[in-house]
Amino acid sequence: MMRLRAFFLLPAWAFTLLLFLAPMGIIVVYSLQTKGVYGGVGEPWTFENYVRLFDPLYGVILLRSFAMAGAATFGCLVLAFPLALYISRSGTRKTLLLNLVMLPFWTSFLVRTYAWMFLLRDTGLINSMLFGMGLINEPLPLLYNDGAVVVGLIYGYLPFAVLPLYSNLERLDKGLLEAAADLGAKPWEAMLHVVLPLTAPGMRAAGVLVFIPSLGAYLTPDLLGGGKSMMIGNLVQNQFTSARDWPFGSALSLGLMAVVMLLLWALLRRDGEEML
Amino acid sequence: MSELILEGIYKDFPTHRVVDGITLTIPQGCFYSLLGPSGCGKTTTLRMIAGFDEPDRGLIKLAGRTLNGLRPYERPVTTVFQSYALFPHLTAAENVAFGLRRRKDPDTAKKVRDALELVQLSAKADRLPAKMSGGERQRTALARALVLEPELLLLDEPLSALDPALRKQMRVELKELQARVGITFLFITHDQEEALSLSDRIAVMHQGRIEQMGSPQEIYLTPATRFVAGFLGAVNWVGDVGVRPELTRISRERPPSGMRVKESTVSSAMFLGDCFRVEAQTAAGQSLVAQIAHGLGQFERGERVHLWWDPSDEMALPE
Repeated sequence: MMRLRAFFLLPAWAFTLLLFLAPMGIIVVYSLQTKGVYGGVGEPWTFENYVRLFDPLYGVILLRSFAMAGAATFGCLVLAFPLALYISRSGTRKTLLLNLVMLPFWTSFLVRTYAWMFLLRDTGLINSMLFGMGLINEPLPLLYNDGAVVVGLIYGYLPFAVLPLYSNLERLDKGLLEAAADLGAKPWEAMLHVVLPLTAPGMRAAGVLVFIPSLGAYLTPDLLGGGKSMMIGNLVQNQFTSARDWPFGSALSLGLMAVVMLLLWALLRRDGEEML
Repeated sequence: MSELILEGIYKDFPTHRVVDGITLTIPQGCFYSLLGPSGCGKTTTLRMIAGFDEPDRGLIKLAGRTLNGLRPYERPVTTVFQSYALFPHLTAAENVAFGLRRRKDPDTAKKVRDALELVQLSAKADRLPAKMSGGERQRTALARALVLEPELLLLDEPLSALDPALRKQMRVELKELQARVGITFLFITHDQEEALSLSDRIAVMHQGRIEQMGSPQEIYLTPATRFVAGFLGAVNWVGDVGVRPELTRISRERPPSGMRVKESTVSSAMFLGDCFRVEAQTAAGQSLVAQIAHGLGQFERGERVHLWWDPSDEMALPE
């Protein structure tokens, strides 16, 4: 029995070790080396890359990333909660609505982000509609700023917030709402004092699922921020491409990972196994 | 007078009529039971009084005020739910305080203390529902509903989730509690023993209608229909009359004159602890049951006996 289990687990272990841990190891090694003259890495071994992480210049970018990911997470939760509540009360149409929430995954994220550029740019759909209605005389600056990035992140990660909230709300005993009403709670009071506290695990799960990928996002800030709105993900990308500083890029990505793991650990310690 | 009046209540579900013209009056301070099998419409009736469902037709009046159209949170009625529906994120005390806080009651703390004391739960005030026993959950649900001093307390089979020993104990406590607080209780149950032992008045429901209303004795001793007679206890039916097994005697020697007698053969004799249950077949092939005390002798299978009863114990209920 034990041997059979080991046999079937082998592919997963092999996959994880080779394709997950090995690249991680490589990154760790890179981060401790010095950049070569024409890119690449080489001797001498050094902690210099990690020391550079504490340069205020990068600290600002990290803080900006936190703020943008935080705003995107907040936006996702605010939008996802009523949506998840609505779906959980939609009876036979639940499956259809859940599939609609996941519909965007059927096309590439890159293509969808370009579509957002067509929506937001000066001659885009929104600006031309507002212009056509005579509400504006010159286009609103919708693209290439922090707002555009946050909207793009919210758009991209909204499904990740809807699904855990939906499964939490779905499990919520409907009898509790009747009990609340019976005890004199108006619908909004029942929402505030019963549904919201009991949805906290789903909120935390949704928050983590949106915040972590938002923090490391690089495609959205790159396209919708137009290079003016840099996040930590873009910084990492720059080190590997234009700056050709692989060791510092590696140190940056490991630093980001450490911050994320610290956050997760703090959250998981509170929730135990309740989350996800 | 804070009495509850239901006037011609009807409720249809998509497939059938659940409540089919119920009219009744529950006096103030009464322990009133709606008794009936599952699907008889008793729970739907309760839900319409609480405000979770609206009747298609008919009036619900409490203390002279019409409740129709009021939302559940606007009605002076609280409920003890079958599954208790305690808020899992709140302690016993916080559950009890829930309704008072919605009213912004300035005496919340004191009222919560008193209510927990009333149900003997003061020691468990800080416990979450997940850490409570079934009985403690039930007491919390009771305290939570009673602390709001409703004009009417609805109880939806509140004892059915408890184990049998605890159920009997809670039955006694519930009765005492009602006497102490003086609030009108409307108790929904399918357990005839529960209804008989607790209630001042009982309405027996069947297929959306009330078959009979009356005191427990009236309902049990002089049932109005065959359904009521059969639902409240076992009956030996002989033509148009029925007699309860505990009023049916059995003997080897001839019974006194004036008794109704059936010559029979014992087909089974079971010892039930507090009595013997003897089943016998008449010459016509009919099966009758007698429930007799230990002192009245033992009967063997196949034995020829006289089954008999006093004609005044008969219930005349033509089919």
